[in-house]
Amino acid sequence: MSAIVQAQTEVVQDPKHFELSPANRRWILWFILFGFAALAFGVFQGFVQGLNYAGISLFSFLPGMKTYYEGLTAHGVLNAFIFTFAEANGWLSLTTARALGRNLNSRLLALSFVLLVLGTVFAGIPIFLGKASVLYTFYPPLRAHWAFYFGIALAVVSTWIISAAQLWALAEWRKEHKGERIPLMAYVSIMTYIMWDISSLGAASEDLFLLLPWSLNLLPGSDPLLSRVLFWYTGHQIVYYWLLPAYVSWYIFIPRMVGGKLFSDSLARIAFIMFVVLVPVGFHHQYTDPGIGNYFKIAVLILTFGIAFPSLLTAFSIMYALEIGGRANGGKGILGWFLKLPWSNPAVSAQVLAMIAFLPGGITGIMNASYNMNLLVHNTTFVPGHFHLTLGSAVTLSYFGIAYWLIPYLTGRKLALERVAKWQPWVYFLGILIFARGEISGGILGMPRRTALAVINYEPLPGWKLAGALTGIGGTIMFIGCVLFFLVIFFTLIQGKKMESTGDLPFTETYLGAAPSGWQLILDKLSYWVLLSFILIALVYGPFLLTHLPPKLNSPPFQGF
Amino acid sequence: MEKLEKIYVWLSVGILLAFILALIYASVILAVRVPTDVGQIVPNPGESLASATMRTPPFDQPGVQEMAPGKYKVVVLGQAWMFNPPSIELPVGADVTFYGTSLDIDHGFFIPNTDVNMMLLPGQVSILRHRFDKAGVYRIICHEYCGTLHHLMTGTITVK
Repeated sequence: MSAIVQAQTEVVQDPKHFELSPANRRWILWFILFGFAALAFGVFQGFVQGLNYAGISLFSFLPGMKTYYEGLTAHGVLNAFIFTFAEANGWLSLTTARALGRNLNSRLLALSFVLLVLGTVFAGIPIFLGKASVLYTFYPPLRAHWAFYFGIALAVVSTWIISAAQLWALAEWRKEHKGERIPLMAYVSIMTYIMWDISSLGAASEDLFLLLPWSLNLLPGSDPLLSRVLFWYTGHQIVYYWLLPAYVSWYIFIPRMVGGKLFSDSLARIAFIMFVVLVPVGFHHQYTDPGIGNYFKIAVLILTFGIAFPSLLTAFSIMYALEIGGRANGGKGILGWFLKLPWSNPAVSAQVLAMIAFLPGGITGIMNASYNMNLLVHNTTFVPGHFHLTLGSAVTLSYFGIAYWLIPYLTGRKLALERVAKWQPWVYFLGILIFARGEISGGILGMPRRTALAVINYEPLPGWKLAGALTGIGGTIMFIGCVLFFLVIFFTLIQGKKMESTGDLPFTETYLGAAPSGWQLILDKLSYWVLLSFILIALVYGPFLLTHLPPKLNSPPFQGF
Repeated sequence: MEKLEKIYVWLSVGILLAFILALIYASVILAVRVPTDVGQIVPNPGESLASATMRTPPFDQPGVQEMAPGKYKVVVLGQAWMFNPPSIELPVGADVTFYGTSLDIDHGFFIPNTDVNMMLLPGQVSILRHRFDKAGVYRIICHEYCGTLHHLMTGTITVK
């Protein structure tokens, strides 16, 4: 390795020095804690839904949860929107600030936090009053109370404000560092939010221009197909908004924490560029929808397989770093290094288990996206089986792992209940394996998702009872895993030992760093990639919108929930 | 790029291409099709979408029609919370083309253990073809959430 490369291996602007301002620290901590509070509410609903699969219906006994569908709406909104928005907002604000060596604008962070809390309140109240049991996909003509749509809009605006704060910091940094490469840790954090800015436009415009006015009786009706198209334009990419903050941790922090290094700066940047460019894949959630031509369905089949590619690149980069770390710890042979990873550190074990869960999660995702194979599993429990391995494990377990070092960093308190923390990822992991086995096998046997199976009026099909029981048992173990996590965080906050100094973030170095010149410079031209993304979106969604618009607002509202 | 990196990248690309080719084979040669765009149901001025649907062929006559020996057309309307018709009888070997839509909100039309899986959306026409080679009772399930009693929205197909 040449000396030039050696000199360029940092992922942040100034690896030696950084001072997080008290205001930045406060808002970031609030985001992280608020997200976990939303998760706590959400997973309790999830626990009760798992029992539903096992034939146990508890809904009528619980306050604020009259039906399965009310609980499922709360579970989806709190876990898939509020939890993930809050964590990404806090986590990627911190990584951006650290990488650029400048704090983000505290007023913007505060504004974003307040909007997210208000959004949660506005969306949450109608859900718990039973006036918005429309699930987190909120397809019209099912119509929720207007406050629900308003709350969702506020939550999305809160994420855009974080993006604005990041881009502002980047612009300021560029003024002082003309011609320099963007530090990798800032690059991946900002690209995640740019991807989300582009991707959120679909559901945001559906919510703001079609559903919110409709819920206030300002529009004559709704357009069910157009709403689904706009929702899924965002609805697929939102999974990357959930996942990429975990990738930031896997690329930038895990290598260091296991004693390895990130392999290649450019490879990491290319993976994130692909997520920004390959935005228009949402039609693959609509293979079984009428009214959408096969041109669109085949196009997104190919693009979806394309967007699997950066995840395969990520697998390579991460495995490489893990293996280097394991071998440095004395691991030998083809797989011996794996056993030598620092498993006793819950921040590491949670995230390595998250990666392992992501393997079947990614494979089942490819199966879902496989065009006509989707006919066998669409809207069966195969789908929640899949996304509890991705969002419910790869992402959630990663946030658990991140929290195990991040909460001490932000609060200056040592992690409490360390023995519990060591066990916690394993409990959750065991739970998800049993849960996913239940849901995936049930889905292949035709068990429908989003259905109160405990109270159906026909004999369950062969195999459903076993699949449902496994789902209930696995879900219960996952819930116990979550409770253990919340205990650790709670006791850390109230009685964790004060630390002398919080130190710095545990970011990695790279073997092949950011080249100061050459072809790699194009990777930092963010506007090029955004433009390319919009061209691709126009090619895939343009023909549909041109032939479908103006909206056919002829479906009257329905509120039978 | 390092050699290992190159091998990995080409292997990844190769696997994804092989998947795409397999799917194109399944849809073109084996003719496993998904619903596509066959036009919309358009209400006249002042007419509701539901009444437009009920007068638009083939949805003016829900049920089973034999089009040719062994070939059937099954027209299904979804509405909260039932299928019309709720039960369907067909002979073994029936080659069926399903036509489905919804009168009110999004519903699903799914027959477990077959490739009959389509959404019924207001104003849109879903078409799928399936051959019933085995005798038995098939369960039809609405698998798109449609309100409080969504889980009770089912039907049967008896093949004998």
